[in-house]
Amino acid sequence: MAVVETPTNAPDAYRWEGNIEELRGLVSERAFTGETMLLNMGPHHPSTHGVLRVLLELDGEQIVNAVPDVGFLHTGIEKTIESKTYEKGVTATDRMDYLSPLSNNMAFCLAVEKLVDLDVPPRARLIRVICLELQRIASHMVWLGTHAIDLGAMSVLLYAFREREKVLDMLEMLSGQRMMGSYFRPGGVWRDITSDFKPTLVKFLGEFPRAVEDYQRLLEKNPIWVDRTQGVGVIEPEQALAWGMTGPTLRGSGVNWDLRKSMPYSGYEQFTFNVPLGEHGDVYDRFMCRILELWESMKILHQALERLEDRGPFRSDNRKFVPPPRSELGQSMEAVIHHFKLWTAGFDAPDEEVFAAVESPRGEIGCYLHGTGGNMPRRVHFKTPSFMHISSLPLLTQGHFIADLVAIIGSVDIVLGDCDR
Amino acid sequence: MPEIAPARDAAAALQESMPDALLDSHSFRDETTLIVPPAQVEDVCRFLRDTPGLVFNFLSDISAVDYWPEQDRPERFGICYHLLSMLYGRRLRVKIFVAEDEAEAPTLTAVWPGANWLEREIFDLMGIRFRGHPDMRRVLMPADWDGHPHRRDYPLGYEQVQFSFNAEEIMKHKPFAKE
Repeated sequence: MAVVETPTNAPDAYRWEGNIEELRGLVSERAFTGETMLLNMGPHHPSTHGVLRVLLELDGEQIVNAVPDVGFLHTGIEKTIESKTYEKGVTATDRMDYLSPLSNNMAFCLAVEKLVDLDVPPRARLIRVICLELQRIASHMVWLGTHAIDLGAMSVLLYAFREREKVLDMLEMLSGQRMMGSYFRPGGVWRDITSDFKPTLVKFLGEFPRAVEDYQRLLEKNPIWVDRTQGVGVIEPEQALAWGMTGPTLRGSGVNWDLRKSMPYSGYEQFTFNVPLGEHGDVYDRFMCRILELWESMKILHQALERLEDRGPFRSDNRKFVPPPRSELGQSMEAVIHHFKLWTAGFDAPDEEVFAAVESPRGEIGCYLHGTGGNMPRRVHFKTPSFMHISSLPLLTQGHFIADLVAIIGSVDIVLGDCDR
Repeated sequence: MPEIAPARDAAAALQESMPDALLDSHSFRDETTLIVPPAQVEDVCRFLRDTPGLVFNFLSDISAVDYWPEQDRPERFGICYHLLSMLYGRRLRVKIFVAEDEAEAPTLTAVWPGANWLEREIFDLMGIRFRGHPDMRRVLMPADWDGHPHRRDYPLGYEQVQFSFNAEEIMKHKPFAKE
């Protein structure tokens, strides 16, 4: 049993206490002779965007091997949903990708709606599209801020969070919560849009382009930024596909695949927008893809706002799956029965399996749902983009410098809640 | 631009080329499921990936499902491979069943390297090993964890409520560090 020797005068905190044999096969043989250095990065490291631990094998400052270690945020969300009715399950999905909870809601709701064959009224789908695009903007703002601060551009974070706050205010108007709103429910959304939502959105769409222009100008041609990002962390399109990458990370490599465009859901086929593509697959291209996506999201929001009527159905009126409005409860016995049944037992779903996928800000969130015939699912599984992206981290970082690792992690935009579930 | 072959029905194509590899196929809500024997899943996936007219080039997801405690099924676990054809814009589910006493399946890492962590996750949470996998360790749970939490017979971890009559009894069994 070989133990890594540390200098005797090293503080105790730096002493390696594990058994290095456990690492055989994960790091190269040179690490065992002391030729390369093993360095632990994270889990409490600001540039790993959460609690990602990466064991680095370094040759000088160059990365020979990177071994990602995840699971620190594993909360058993899938297991939790197995013991909840379908409507309650939505609440748990919020907590996966905490930067875009509504995308998670959407994947789960789509799967449930598919499983029980539930129709969603067009206006509810429109509200969902608005929310999803707002969420994409909010999520990209966090990504932009943290990615920039990782590479030393401090001010962008402060600006980006200011814009994000405006989006979160709007989401709060809708659902009462800034982040974990559980606003989407099987069959539609929880409640109608409030009267101040539309004016706020119009105001936001008026001032947001200027903000994005500013951020774009801060970085786009900034020589330091360009030096740090161009040609770094190149992902070949074939590699990206083989490793299951999706979202802007895939599109940065030039693969034209956006589920909103290629396999539309929730009425995305009615909107005119472009899918920004990169060319070289480096950090800079992924950065530009996401920035340009902000503009496309604004386009969608403008079109959606035009079509959004002030009043109309916001959820399905199929009372077997969707609770009746409060106003009916005073007059209708059926409404009381439906209300009671739905809030105690929930609804039953067939013993079948479905798969639904949505394009979240990070990539494809897939939801596999298997019913039992009863009111709780047998199995829910979320395929999350961050999980796939982190799994390919060794491939992306080999041969790069540590400083580039930070750029690469930032550019694939991982969220550990999304990865660990 | 190269000519694109017309899309083919996956079940029919598989039936034609590998007749013994297709046990069953069914469709639910426009989703096709092909049930194949576990031993042949790698060949089937390779076939589905490389055959013109199918080109399921992208592995979206691998999920495992536990059918416990249902007794009428010969195998306890199902593993679903969700494939995606970007060329034709359609999905396909390839499903295998594995029994509890030999919870093992061949790995797909040679076909899609991205299957690596998805299979590790299934091993971790469902306890199904993947033959030939390069790195069969736990991924989400701690390395020394007992059991596989996503199995249906794995307890949810409720805490018993302490009342005055049983407070001490429950306290005795609580998993505190003993002094």
